[in-house]
Amino acid sequence: MNRKKVAVYGVILALIVAIYALVTGLSNAGVLNSYYSGILIMVCINIILATSLNLSTGFLGQLILGHAGFMSVGAYAAALFTLRAGLPDSIDFPIALLVGGLTAALFGLLIGIPALRLKGDYLAIITLGFGEIIRVIIINLDFTGGARGLRGIPRETNFSWVYLLAVLTVAIIFAFIHTRHGRAVISIREDEIAAEASGVNTTYYKLLAFIMSAFFAGIAGGLYAHHIGILNPSKFDFNYSVEILVMVVLGGMGSITGSVIAATVLTILPEALRDFSSYRMLAYSVVLICVMLFRPSGLLGQYEFSLTRLFGKLSGSKGNKTTKNPASGGEKGA
Amino acid sequence: MPLLEAKHLGIAFGGLRALEDVNFQLEENQIMGLIGPNGAGKTTVFNLLTQVYQPTEGTIELEGKSIIGKKTYDVTRGGIARTFQNIRLFKDISVLDNVRIAMNYQMKYSALAGILRLPSYWKEERAMTERAMDLLSVFNLQEHAESKAKNLPYGQQRKLEIARALAASPKVLLLDEPAAGMNPTETRELMESIQLIRDRFSISILLIEHDMSFVMGICQHLVVLDYGRIIAEGSAEEIRTNPKVIAAYLGGE
Repeated sequence: MNRKKVAVYGVILALIVAIYALVTGLSNAGVLNSYYSGILIMVCINIILATSLNLSTGFLGQLILGHAGFMSVGAYAAALFTLRAGLPDSIDFPIALLVGGLTAALFGLLIGIPALRLKGDYLAIITLGFGEIIRVIIINLDFTGGARGLRGIPRETNFSWVYLLAVLTVAIIFAFIHTRHGRAVISIREDEIAAEASGVNTTYYKLLAFIMSAFFAGIAGGLYAHHIGILNPSKFDFNYSVEILVMVVLGGMGSITGSVIAATVLTILPEALRDFSSYRMLAYSVVLICVMLFRPSGLLGQYEFSLTRLFGKLSGSKGNKTTKNPASGGEKGA
Repeated sequence: MPLLEAKHLGIAFGGLRALEDVNFQLEENQIMGLIGPNGAGKTTVFNLLTQVYQPTEGTIELEGKSIIGKKTYDVTRGGIARTFQNIRLFKDISVLDNVRIAMNYQMKYSALAGILRLPSYWKEERAMTERAMDLLSVFNLQEHAESKAKNLPYGQQRKLEIARALAASPKVLLLDEPAAGMNPTETRELMESIQLIRDRFSISILLIEHDMSFVMGICQHLVVLDYGRIIAEGSAEEIRTNPKVIAAYLGGE
């Protein structure tokens, strides 16, 4: 680790803390009311969902249409844990989130083993089917509250928690992409046959990326459950999976920065357009169509915002040009 | 003991016998050519050697050990790396990463160590990048290390594919029509680099090629396939004058 990298990490950390300080400052001063902070929490939850889906769709290159299914598994697992385990308030929430993430990861493993043998459209349909099956099962079980929903979940999610976890998710996925394991995942997207011929165990890495993706979706689900307080299975339908997918595609498949930006914009936009109630879905669709017409590879394509590159440009690019994988600043929270 | 040996190799796709009773031996540091008319089954031999297909009969042994039933990636790790007839690069990522992916399995650090950026990550990544740059410089690709693979001109893409195969540290390199689509100057350059890598990495090379001057100029030993069977074998001189080979290529009586 050279001095330049330390500097870049320092700036990123400072940015993350600054954004956090700004938001908490504003809400303490009363500028941000609970409506706005609610939106900010949903922004962070959607960032977690979009970046984690980007791992399996953008980097692994497998079209997944059941991301909300993993989220619902995590949400119910985490909520049931807090409701039933009866642990003291201070520690039950982080453990519940972990339980949510791990349960979703377990489902990812069980579904991934048969599903990842398929490719493209077939995998998309299997994951779509999985999302629907989960929803129908939850409706028909007793301990999940059935169609009435699961009520009385303690509302322990606050901005600090979602912000911390959104930053962690983005940082972990970003760091993972630039390891040898991450490169192996990307090689599968690029050319599976060539990857196999280059000594990459494609089955293993497909599963790894898929499970990681499910894990973070589960965490997002746990955060969501403890934010809203009521879980209703109809929330986690096909439309929500598509909504997350739209964020990934719009931001750029294979760009974490893109996912963060798109998740932020697409969460705030429908709220901002609330005044034009009957036209807002129209405006939303027009935005999507325009982006796909003029930027078919998404807003950022595979581009990542990189502080190292920015510094390089500012200092007249005198630094060495082979800074391939140092920290780029995708690690922005809200 | 030969480095790579195929005995009575055969494969049938349903009723079609694509290969029958194919025998050959590849010695250490040998460059061997596999030639034959279109559809003779040359690429199928490669697909058997890398276990993309399972042979229906016969054995393949690398250093005396059978590779039948292994996964393709295990075969690569065991020492047989290949290139493809229609180039298969990782197009949308950098030239350097194309090479580094093939070194993936030779590294040790875990996913967790990588995410946490532990010292083992930095150490191994640095060593790997150095080795990858060395490999690229063998093919004069070092100044394109950061550009996307798809932006390289055709000839350099072919070279990159060979560099990627070498990055897997193979004992045997399989080249599927390495000179296809190259002009005479590029072909000559390629001949030189192939001999160079054979000497420098002390590996054996088995190549499929249609360019006869290329094959005759570089291969010590030739195997001729036609309709899934070996019809001739020997040095370039012997093959050139073999009536069966001439008949297969030009049509006999």
